[in-house]
Amino acid sequence: MAALTDLTLAQMKAGLAAKQFSARELVQEHIEAVEAARVLNAWLVETPEIALSQADAADRALAAGEAGLLAGIPLGIKDLFCTKGVETTASSKILKGFKPTYESTVTEKLFGAGAAMLGKLNLDEFAMGSSNETSAYGPVISPWRANGSEQPLVPGGSSGGSSAAVAARLCAAATGTDTGGSIRQPAAFTGIAGIKPTYGRCSRWGVIAFASSLDQPGVLARDVTDCALVLEAMSGYDPKDSTSLNAPVPHYAGGLGGDLRGKRIGIPKEYRVDGMDADLEALWRKGVDWAKEAGAEIVEVSLPHTREALPTYYIVAPAEASSNLARYDGVRYGLRVAPEGGSLADMYAATRAEGFGAEVKRRIMIGTYVLSAGYYDAYYLKAQKVRALISRDFAQAFEACDLLLTPTAPTGAFGLGAKTADPIAMYLNDVFTVPASLAGLPAMSIPAGLTSDGLPLGLQLIGRPLDEMGVLDAAFALERRAGFAAAPSRWW
Amino acid sequence: MAVDESMVARVAGLARLQLAAAEVEPLTRELNNILGWIDQLQAVDTGTVEPMTAVIPLTREWRKDEVTDGDIQQDVLANAPQSAHGFFAVPKVIE
Repeated sequence: MAALTDLTLAQMKAGLAAKQFSARELVQEHIEAVEAARVLNAWLVETPEIALSQADAADRALAAGEAGLLAGIPLGIKDLFCTKGVETTASSKILKGFKPTYESTVTEKLFGAGAAMLGKLNLDEFAMGSSNETSAYGPVISPWRANGSEQPLVPGGSSGGSSAAVAARLCAAATGTDTGGSIRQPAAFTGIAGIKPTYGRCSRWGVIAFASSLDQPGVLARDVTDCALVLEAMSGYDPKDSTSLNAPVPHYAGGLGGDLRGKRIGIPKEYRVDGMDADLEALWRKGVDWAKEAGAEIVEVSLPHTREALPTYYIVAPAEASSNLARYDGVRYGLRVAPEGGSLADMYAATRAEGFGAEVKRRIMIGTYVLSAGYYDAYYLKAQKVRALISRDFAQAFEACDLLLTPTAPTGAFGLGAKTADPIAMYLNDVFTVPASLAGLPAMSIPAGLTSDGLPLGLQLIGRPLDEMGVLDAAFALERRAGFAAAPSRWW
Repeated sequence: MAVDESMVARVAGLARLQLAAAEVEPLTRELNNILGWIDQLQAVDTGTVEPMTAVIPLTREWRKDEVTDGDIQQDVLANAPQSAHGFFAVPKVIE
């Protein structure tokens, strides 16, 4: 039999149901894979005891015929989700040693469905980054390498630990959060699938806040079916999150058919940017052909304010971050640096200077500036107006089509350190993912092809509000035709 | 709109971020790069547009105004760098 770590989540479920292996065996094999892959630096905390005890509970539930949707499935949890009694740092020094006394709604739902937590996954500090290089605990190394090269590559970000762990077969799926592309871009970089649902679909309660009007939990997994299974378990109304949507959650995996007859798929012309990578352009055209084969009608649509999405995002997100991160002041949790004989204000300033990394400080500074007296109207209010236009663009496009098909990221994965010196070059990674985030729409990346260097490229599907089912189903249709089977060959 | 070093120092004060003298000049340069790039938004005509305040319009449900949580003093203080007599402790603020 093949290694249990090579199975997809759906195959694991089938194997557990057929008693081909126990949840304990499945989880144990993953624990060993995690230990053997420490060079990737994907995990900040490993929790094998918790995973095994959850596996044993799943085995009992399976034997009793009471197994939940994810019984015995080994998951990785992005370290932005608070987990009771398990260190949660958001990859920041300022939260070193923080052990939440409560569980996030999403992880509670996943554990309630029987999942086992292998550990907490590395990310960009407070999810601010596109390469996982801003983590205070070191970058994550992608399991992928370009053909004939040993150069370390980034796994994307901010959910870089999640993408690396899933791609390296260390866990069946991983939670992620997406503020401007932090699930979709890392999924694309590592040849896996990832979905960010509609803003409000998954509760933000217990998720460490970055930009509250954009943050949305989601999932990274090997394929569309696996994403559908985990998304169903983690979605749903939560009175503890004031922006949670009270809407029924469909049985996503059961709704996957891949028949796109009667569906219109829009191709936004503004996403054809100058100097687009030739491999990527060719792949996008293939995606159009696959959609046609599946029965979809292709229509060209326009999203006129696409170009303004990134600058809008880099006002709104830092503004919200500067407000959210005001809570890290050395009083209630985390790091405290109190200069000898200093005042309370000195303690705040010294704690924050010592606890935050360069990118987080940069964004707090931008956010504070755009919200400050005299600049609020010119920047923040202006950005909220442009955001309304971006959202209106999507609403108008969805009068002519049911879904949008675009590339996920402008390039494949780049080398470690290649973009750290230029913040704007780094921000441009999210050019195709940020617009859907600003509009709060469900969007998904699927692995669809390889660059000439042998690195994964992703295609993105964007849907109407609450139409995760439509997004997943179209992704399922494309996935079958793309037949993406490449996986990183193990060097670690 | 360019920022100068005194503006950067002022914003750092508002943000309660201690900056070393050597950090001010490079941060000023970086912020000006980013703000210069963001400035392209000024060209967008937003004359009659209302600012977006919610992604999905939703009406909140009302609940009874009653206590649903509490009596968790130990939990609240569990991660405090310093606490005393059931309170968070901070450096003296009153002379």
